[in-house]
Amino acid sequence: MTTSRPFTLGAVAYDPKVVTIWEGFKTWFAGCEFAFDYVLYSGYEAQVKGHLAGQVDITWDSPLAWVRTRRLAAAAGREARAVAMRDTDQDLTSVVLVRSADSLADAADLTGRTVATGAIDSPQSHLLPMAHLASLGLDPGTAFRIRRFDVMPTKHGDHVGGERDATKALVDGEVDAACVIDGNQLLFAKEGTIAAGAVRVLTRTPPYDHCTMTVLDDADGAAVDRFVELLLAMSYEDPVVRPLLELEGLKAWRPGRTSGYEQLEAAVDRLGFYGADGSITAEGYPP
Amino acid sequence: MSAPRHVRPLDRGRSDAERPRLELGPLGFDGGAHVLVKLALTECAGGTEVVVRGTHPELLADLRAWCRQQGHGCTPVGPDVGVAAVRRGRAAGARSVGAERAGHAIATEPGAVVARPPPGWGLAPRGALVEPGGPAPDFRLADRDELWTERAESFYEQATATQWDPAVAIDWSQPVVHGPAIERAVVQVMTFLVENEEAALVVPARFLGQVHPHFREVQQVLAVTVADEARHIEVFTRRATMTGYGPALSTVGGRASLQSLVDEPDYATAMFLLSVMGEGTFLSLLGFLERHAPDPVTRRVAQLTRRDEARHVAFSMAHLERHARLQPDLRARLARAVEHRHQALQQTSGLNDDVFDALVLLAAGEEDPASIAHGWQRVQDLQRDMAEARQGRLVRLGFSPGEAETLSSLHTRNFM
Repeated sequence: MTTSRPFTLGAVAYDPKVVTIWEGFKTWFAGCEFAFDYVLYSGYEAQVKGHLAGQVDITWDSPLAWVRTRRLAAAAGREARAVAMRDTDQDLTSVVLVRSADSLADAADLTGRTVATGAIDSPQSHLLPMAHLASLGLDPGTAFRIRRFDVMPTKHGDHVGGERDATKALVDGEVDAACVIDGNQLLFAKEGTIAAGAVRVLTRTPPYDHCTMTVLDDADGAAVDRFVELLLAMSYEDPVVRPLLELEGLKAWRPGRTSGYEQLEAAVDRLGFYGADGSITAEGYPP
Repeated sequence: MSAPRHVRPLDRGRSDAERPRLELGPLGFDGGAHVLVKLALTECAGGTEVVVRGTHPELLADLRAWCRQQGHGCTPVGPDVGVAAVRRGRAAGARSVGAERAGHAIATEPGAVVARPPPGWGLAPRGALVEPGGPAPDFRLADRDELWTERAESFYEQATATQWDPAVAIDWSQPVVHGPAIERAVVQVMTFLVENEEAALVVPARFLGQVHPHFREVQQVLAVTVADEARHIEVFTRRATMTGYGPALSTVGGRASLQSLVDEPDYATAMFLLSVMGEGTFLSLLGFLERHAPDPVTRRVAQLTRRDEARHVAFSMAHLERHARLQPDLRARLARAVEHRHQALQQTSGLNDDVFDALVLLAAGEEDPASIAHGWQRVQDLQRDMAEARQGRLVRLGFSPGEAETLSSLHTRNFM
């Protein structure tokens, strides 16, 4: 794509800090003589559409947004590429937590029980753990009840609120299990939502990857290369960029990879969230 | 959930070739395990791996998640060795890259108090290692020559050691036996003191927020000075109202004189006018009240407040003596300020007549002619004492006796 606009990134406004982050990066890129701007979308579905429509040159995508972008692109005979991600996006796991005092011994014991999840479109707190339980022979919604905490749907679970509410429901005895990402389990322990020793891990998903910088095949290759080069050059030891990296939750950027999305692709198919062509097939979504 | 107390969790190994081991026992990341891992990595900086051992069922998974967040390497090891080997990532030490030591906490150490602390040190404690970046607040008073004194710490220590509780230090139940005219005089003097102490509170309070925190001891002295004045306002008000007469007249001239102190924007000038000229003069007045007040409560109030005011004056003298030594043109600035204030206040009436007369009555103690003559003489002595003490302080600041006499004579007739 040849345009006169600065290299423009799409990001989802899941929190006010998103403005701080991208304003800060914009200033930092300007210092590197790289013309950069950003557009904020209210949700990932709008961002994916905007990307396909050429509104932006690159998107900072949730893993689910990557899956949809890839499918929509493929259906249109195009190609999507994952070009960069955070060090903290690689090899994550999700856990199904239960109360330590409960007698549940393995996943099969969830039969007839209630499992709390985050938002319907949260990969880490809904899609991946539901698909994981399904792979263990438990059909979600049939073998066990699902209590979803739909905080900010279309933001793909970026907002931690859904997982926190699910965990509180577990601790308060309202549900029998709760699905969260491993890093949030540590966070909830640290902030006191989970008392030491109060919960245990019943089962854990295999490792998967999280967010990615996505480009389509019509992006300006030189600009993409320069953008990625600058991302990878950001150092946590740089006091100007460190606060931004802290807000974005990383110590270093890494080159993109797609090997960590196979599990989510399978989960999306298993749960019927998107069609093979990237169409939305999940019932009641978006609300 | 913690390791046995007699076992040191980090075992450095028997030989250099052996990797240090951290034994966590049953402690998990839901109970604070990361604290010990972090300590072990700090102790083993320089690329050495630490082998983490423990029995918590989720230790490896939680350790991996934590290491990912922190930028550390985490490699599982065989069960006979432990759970995983952790290698400290570069990010762990990033905050100290380019960090600067903000002087030294102990003011007497060499280089402890710098000439002009950078705005970026902000609220960091003096002596701390300051991570670069972050806010750079504009503390207007950030020049050592303009506000520092080596004696600030000892003044602060004196202040904290001599704080007093008005409810305990003063026996408010002691009787007032003098007549109504004398009591009204006491009330008028107390009213005058309260509004003067308001100025003595507002002026340092206004500068307090402008002092760079690097000059911690100066901040502390100003803060305790404000607290002193708040207490003085309390006791003078309480004495003014304890017999039911309530506060008396507040004049335009008195308030105009005090407002000229509050409006002074320069720190050294304001503290000179307030403490050296004003509070210094008040030392004489409070000494007068301590000696001649007609009742024990007033005498005790004057005694306690005078002790605090003496410290305020001594602090400003110490600061200004140093400042004038380093910047000889300061004296000319201060002299101009006295002259300017004198001209500005020429249109006002000076000391409230009611206050002057009240001092005579108060020192007389009785309403008969002989007592009044006695009280009158005591007030004359007070005014002479005020002028002489003021001149003495000006000479200590380096003014010649002639200059001191002239400047003293230009001081506001309102005392403060």
